[in-house]
Amino acid sequence: MADQPTNEVVKPVQPQIAAAPIPRKPKQDRAPEEDPGIWRMNRRNALWVGGWLAFFGFIITSTVGALRYMFPRVLFEPPTKFKAGLPADYVVGEVSEKYKDEKRVWIVREKDGFYAIISICTHLGCTPRWLPSDNKFKCPCHGSGFYKSAINFEGPAPRPLERAFIGLADDGQIEIDRSVKFLYEKGEWGKQGSFLEYKG
Amino acid sequence: MLTQLRDQFRKTDVYKSIFRHSYQDTQRNRALQIVDNVFLHLHPVRVPRHATNLGYTWGMGGITFLLFIVLTITGVILMFYYRPTAQYAYEDMKYLMNDVPFGPLMRNMHRWAAHAMVLTVMLHMFRVFLTGSYKPPRQFNWVVGVILLVLTLLLSFSGYLLPWDQLAIWAVTVGTNMARATPLLGHEGPFGPELGLRADNDVRFVLLGGTEVGPPTLLRFYVGHCIFLPLIAVIFMVVHFWRVRKDGGISGPDTGKKNF
Ligand code: HEM
Ligand code: FES
Repeated sequence: MADQPTNEVVKPVQPQIAAAPIPRKPKQDRAPEEDPGIWRMNRRNALWVGGWLAFFGFIITSTVGALRYMFPRVLFEPPTKFKAGLPADYVVGEVSEKYKDEKRVWIVREKDGFYAIISICTHLGCTPRWLPSDNKFKCPCHGSGFYKSAINFEGPAPRPLERAFIGLADDGQIEIDRSVKFLYEKGEWGKQGSFLEYKG
Repeated sequence: MLTQLRDQFRKTDVYKSIFRHSYQDTQRNRALQIVDNVFLHLHPVRVPRHATNLGYTWGMGGITFLLFIVLTITGVILMFYYRPTAQYAYEDMKYLMNDVPFGPLMRNMHRWAAHAMVLTVMLHMFRVFLTGSYKPPRQFNWVVGVILLVLTLLLSFSGYLLPWDQLAIWAVTVGTNMARATPLLGHEGPFGPELGLRADNDVRFVLLGGTEVGPPTLLRFYVGHCIFLPLIAVIFMVVHFWRVRKDGGISGPDTGKKNF
């Protein structure tokens, strides 16, 4: 077999490269092996840590700043508390739309007193309309309907309209505060401030 | 004489800087024409035959991009007359529609293209789904696509407020009221009240710049609509087109070998 010709290429034997390793001094910027510190701080490490700290410090503070910037401190919105005239100005059985445009509140005068309904649909926030002939509030957006008492009875609204605080100011005028709300589903309609008795 | 002049002109540095390659119909020259152009180089140098088949892609991605360009141009033109303040916005829209030369054309082009774009993105997504083009190696581009879909919808929604008419205000009131119910971020959503969120410090407040849709909302939506969202969308579109190329061009029938 050995003397048969083959196509195999005979590779010349490469001489081993075997230079003796050059003895090196321990690197200057490396902490000594016995150094117990976790960080093994040296010049290059310190720059690395400091550099990234500065980088992330900058990114984080500017992000937090930008986020905070989007929350305005002062709002130019109508005040939630306002006076709504004398009790005697209201007609029994009527829903007053006088403050609807400006304050988004209806004032309802019943036989024994008043209540204020916030005119924001409990579905998705449109302004319903008071339809005197149908004796109901009707939302133009998706058709929710509410009785004069503010209880919902048709359409997608999941709960009654909210009532707002109503009381008497020192000068005898009706005072309303929209930021104080009374929710029917939490049983708050009987509470102090949800209804103003008429003392004529 | 004219030929001489033309040849002379073709030798100038200016001509050669703009038209770097001739029309020679060789593989190499055609590839160079694409690769050496900053706008064209995002596009694959070669396109497999089936990719030009309208019945396969419906051309919906391309049409979406075309509509985006139309929207950018007409949008910039509208910006010359529209002022994003509660006092002027509605008036300026009316002015554009009634008294500005070609104003109605520009506004209608912008509006119709916007409606159409929402439609074509969805059709594009549908065809990508039908052709199974979301499968590896194109999964990442599907994700980029989903982001583009969201950006398209946000652009559409933010633009809807700008006419500042009743339809706009109430549509955005309804739309942003849903943000109240965002988990962790909205004051009526799960864990919202527990985290101390109120109507004046939750996500909706940031979106509106207040507790109800008002003048600050108009300004915020304007900046988002004209600057922020288009910028982000362009960045993602660049990545989207680049990925189509890098993932081996438009997907096609599995022939067992590479497309080209
Ligand atoms: C701003 C919106 C978008 C633009 C401008 C856009 C543009 C494009 C273009 C021009 C193509 C080339 C093929 C074609 O025309 O069909 C493409 C491909 C692709 N798009 Fe989009 N697209 C958008 C949104 C989306 C969405 C919403 C998805 C899915 C969630 C998506 C997923 C994909 C995928 C996976 C491909 C590769 C398809 C293949 O290789 O066959 N894109 N896109
Ligand atoms: S917002 Fe009133 S019914 Fe939807």
